[in-house]
Amino acid sequence: MKVAPQDLHQNDLPLAATSSTFIGMPKFPTMARAGLDNTVQRRNLQHATHTIRAKRAAVVHEVSDWEALRLDGAATKDQALDHLADYLVQLEDNLTAAGATVHWARNADEACRIAVDLVQATGASEVVKVKSMATQEIELNEALEAAGVSAWETDLAELIVQLGHDRPSHILVPAIHRNRSEVREIFLDEMSRVGRAAPEGLTDEPADLAEAARAHLREKFLRAKVAISGTNFAIADTGTLVVLESEGNGRMCLTLPETLISVVGIEKVLPTWDDLGTFMQLLPRSSTGERMNPYTSTWTGVTPGDGPQDVHVILLDNGRTHVLADDLGRQALRCIRCSACLNVCPVYERAGGHAYGSVYPGPIGAVLTPQLRGTSTPIDKSLPFASSLCGACFEVCPVRIDIPKLLVALRTQVVDEKRGGLPTGEAAAMKAASWVFGDHKRLVAAQQGVTASARLLKGRPTIGRLPWPASAWSDARDSPAPPRETFRQWWSRTHIDDSGASSAEGSPS
Amino acid sequence: MSSARDEILQRIRTAHTAAGAPEPIRRSAPATERDRAEVLDVFVRMTEDYRAVVERCTQEELPGHIARTVETAKAARIGIPPDLDERWTAEIAGTVVVDDGLSTAELDTIDAVVTGATVGIADTGTIVLDHSGNQGRRALSLVPDMHVCVVLESQVVADVPTAVRGLRPSVDAHRALTWISGPSATSDIELSRVEGVHGPRTLHVILVAGA
Ligand code: SF4
Repeated sequence: MKVAPQDLHQNDLPLAATSSTFIGMPKFPTMARAGLDNTVQRRNLQHATHTIRAKRAAVVHEVSDWEALRLDGAATKDQALDHLADYLVQLEDNLTAAGATVHWARNADEACRIAVDLVQATGASEVVKVKSMATQEIELNEALEAAGVSAWETDLAELIVQLGHDRPSHILVPAIHRNRSEVREIFLDEMSRVGRAAPEGLTDEPADLAEAARAHLREKFLRAKVAISGTNFAIADTGTLVVLESEGNGRMCLTLPETLISVVGIEKVLPTWDDLGTFMQLLPRSSTGERMNPYTSTWTGVTPGDGPQDVHVILLDNGRTHVLADDLGRQALRCIRCSACLNVCPVYERAGGHAYGSVYPGPIGAVLTPQLRGTSTPIDKSLPFASSLCGACFEVCPVRIDIPKLLVALRTQVVDEKRGGLPTGEAAAMKAASWVFGDHKRLVAAQQGVTASARLLKGRPTIGRLPWPASAWSDARDSPAPPRETFRQWWSRTHIDDSGASSAEGSPS
Repeated sequence: MSSARDEILQRIRTAHTAAGAPEPIRRSAPATERDRAEVLDVFVRMTEDYRAVVERCTQEELPGHIARTVETAKAARIGIPPDLDERWTAEIAGTVVVDDGLSTAELDTIDAVVTGATVGIADTGTIVLDHSGNQGRRALSLVPDMHVCVVLESQVVADVPTAVRGLRPSVDAHRALTWISGPSATSDIELSRVEGVHGPRTLHVILVAGA
């Protein structure tokens, strides 16, 4: 089935629901304005993105043929997506043979229901969690809370976000919008409410803050009966799940509890164990800019006498099959959530992660969210426009997702849906422009009008705000003021004698 | 089985499935054979680069090295897996505690743990434990604050893909793996690196020659 780009996402497969957290959210430019006004966040983000960017570049250059690795990574993910049903069945068989129980969830509600039931069956009233985008996407913490189960985030940044009643703003460093003194305040105010209090005299030194988090979480790790994780990769031919992390909180969660529940998006599948050799080179270097992250854990069902003996895996669709149906959009499912595209994006750097209105911020969020949720809400409609199309995201993406191309296709979709047959202001302007450009006499006349208007601007370098309807353009942009003389006017003034005729008239178009 | 399963598989088949069987991925050419001494040097350099302490010694020197390491760290209670070579710990002055199924609370009273490893990866300075034999179960090398890890030179491979291929038998036996590259660390607060959060705050690697 070949689908033309303008038909992107016009398939019948179910979308993910936009949750109540995001459904009433205004469009991206409105949200971005809040981000732009937040100077602490902008400073932190600029520092963070530029630092990780430089680290990434250094370790990528160490690899003799990075491009070949990227091609391997993209081809491996494509292979998994091309035969996804077969690989999922193989994964399920191998997990089951290794003593795990596999569950399938069509959507967020179903996944939450399965997870909550599993937790309640153990009798536990709390769970420890390893940072996981999939569980954020389905809003599992909220579902657990509604069922009377406390969910403790254990990644330091996630802990900061959770204690601060906040939302993550970056895939890798979710609390990057907070500075150290804010973190200190949050720890002092909030830790005692949910467990071991922050020590008195806590300073805002990162080492001190990390020590406070260690002490706070340790009692939770040592008594936890149930852990909930996501996964970075799920290996079909061995039934192995893989989690990469830095702090050791993942190892704690994956090792000490009796029951382990992992929520796995169906696109996380890799066909074979050997594929990990490629991705364990691509992911750490692209993500934290390290040759290798401090800790990676892999587990294959149940290992007798070692770690959780009650192991569950929830395979989650939630809009992914809808994305899979699109020949172009499908490549967004290759994403390994490294966040390299966020760190190079000039729009993300200024607007911040919250403006993207989903758990997936930055360039990948701008292409993935409208595909998973469709483009019916203001925020989802505006996401494909949250880019300057500079192409930096594609350059760094370890699995070669052509984000700019996807953005353009999604813009086409949004515009087509919006006008429903009637031309928009933009379309009318483009049509008028093509009429003007289509004949050089019209162009000369138009240009004369423009240079005359330039004289009215009295030497100002840019045009600021214009009246409606042009305000739709000028509100977000400064346009350079037109020159006092066009090239054609300059040419005919200075070259009139060369050919004996006005060159402006005779120049080739 | 469940209807969600059938429905998701059906959705996938409706959405997109390529014709034919999957083609094996043709990966970029394997690295050329590298000089052993250089591979070992790279392993030491890269492991140190991620702030682990690395020492090299011979098999005869190993017991003395282990004893001095835990003594310097003022570790009084030393945890070991049941299957650790007893010569390794022969010179330790402190209390040696064998993990015969210690509770989490008991593990929390241990100051340092001594284990072997399965594989060392030179290019990334990584050690991998498959938690069989002399490596002990996962909790043993996680809860105590110091991990002394003995790696044999013969266990060190040059790159990540070679290590992954070599680990396949462990995975087929349903063993869990832990990949360790330096001590635990976080950069979550203003991106400034702090070593030692939840895992062992000290990683001490001893690379044993001629073994
Ligand atoms: S789209 Fe590419 S660069 Fe961005 S997070 Fe996903 S894998 Fe990384």
